[in-house]
Amino acid sequence: MIAENNNHQPSMFDAFTGIMRRELLLAWKKPGDALNPLFFFLMVCTLFPLAANSSAENLQLNGPGILWVAALLATLLSLNSMFVSDYEDGSLDQILISLQPLPLLVLGKIFSHWLISGLPLVLISPFLAMTYKMSSDIYGLLMTTLMMGTICLSFLGSIGAALTVGLNRGNTLLSLLILPLAMPILVFGANTVSLAAKNEFYTTGIWALAAYAVAALSLIPYITAAALRISNE
Amino acid sequence: MTVKLSANDLTLIRGESCLFKDLSFTINAGELLVLEGQNGSGKTSLIRAMLGMLNFESGEVLWNDIPINKQRQEFHGSLIWLSHRTGLKKDLTLQENLHFEGAIRSKLDVDQSQILKKLNIFDLKDLPIRSMSAGQQRRVALARLLLFDAPIWLLDEPFTNLDDEGQNIVLDLINSHLSSGGICVIAAHQEFNINASKIKVRL
Repeated sequence: MIAENNNHQPSMFDAFTGIMRRELLLAWKKPGDALNPLFFFLMVCTLFPLAANSSAENLQLNGPGILWVAALLATLLSLNSMFVSDYEDGSLDQILISLQPLPLLVLGKIFSHWLISGLPLVLISPFLAMTYKMSSDIYGLLMTTLMMGTICLSFLGSIGAALTVGLNRGNTLLSLLILPLAMPILVFGANTVSLAAKNEFYTTGIWALAAYAVAALSLIPYITAAALRISNE
Repeated sequence: MTVKLSANDLTLIRGESCLFKDLSFTINAGELLVLEGQNGSGKTSLIRAMLGMLNFESGEVLWNDIPINKQRQEFHGSLIWLSHRTGLKKDLTLQENLHFEGAIRSKLDVDQSQILKKLNIFDLKDLPIRSMSAGQQRRVALARLLLFDAPIWLLDEPFTNLDDEGQNIVLDLINSHLSSGGICVIAAHQEFNINASKIKVRL
């Protein structure tokens, strides 16, 4: 059994696809949990025009801000569950002592979280933009900024989710931890779309979001991995 | 390849209470370390601290004479840990669970269906873990020992929830692991019968 010649060492690629497959299967078997952020996003975005002044001018003016705030809150709602069930059933323990580098497995978890809860928001956003009478010229820009924004939020949120994993009712704390760091994403994202809607110069915000996303992608898996090790005492 | 796990003067403090002080042991290939003690005496904490999830107040654990905190990845790669929680996703089937574990652990070149038959869980392979009894879930966790390749087994209460047949399977597994030169650490509060050189630590 100790002999080393007859075993298969899984590659890092196996580990990444393995954890992605596991997360997507879990979401597929429990679609209710996975679609929660999407329903929240849809509800907030469709209720706003009913409650507020629904003149075309007003909707166009406030549309980008409302869509962005709703996307931010919908993502926050889904963050708490990122590591909690793994913590409770002991599979987090098994992941922590695996042969594979923890940041890689964390990256897989974050990316599948984004695929499940972030990507649907991005895909549905043009339809909601339509209800806000936004010009079809900026649908592409809205989707691009929302995509970068939700990626940033999934990454950022993973730090909070990892730090609060062992606490009961960590949800409020998680939001408090994450919101200050998420403010730049909201400001740049919503204002880029607003500026573009008014035909003004808007590319600065895109570059800022892209820089944020690249930094998050490259640094946060390591931070989250360290946070998980601390929380899992 | 040498196989040696040793500990020097371990002290572990949890909160206000000192769980153990100046604990030392050495186990070589084919030997078994039994951790005895009442509930709450620190058996699980000792195992978790060896895995780096808790910090020892003083002392160190050595794997092949190198401190394990200097070779975390290698140490983790050479052990299998069965904790009191099964570590299985309840909504996934048995096969889906083992498939994932295969991606993060080094696999032995063995036939998976033979192993599932041996553990008497072959018929359950497409059922979600949620629908199995506690003993059956335990058997699925045991499949790790046969599917994956590791010289160190850390078993935390391996006999819980198992019937007589299941307990005998565990004993057979441990015996063959030890006779092929592995190392085994068992935390147990009940007596069991294994013919191997045994080191007992009372916590």
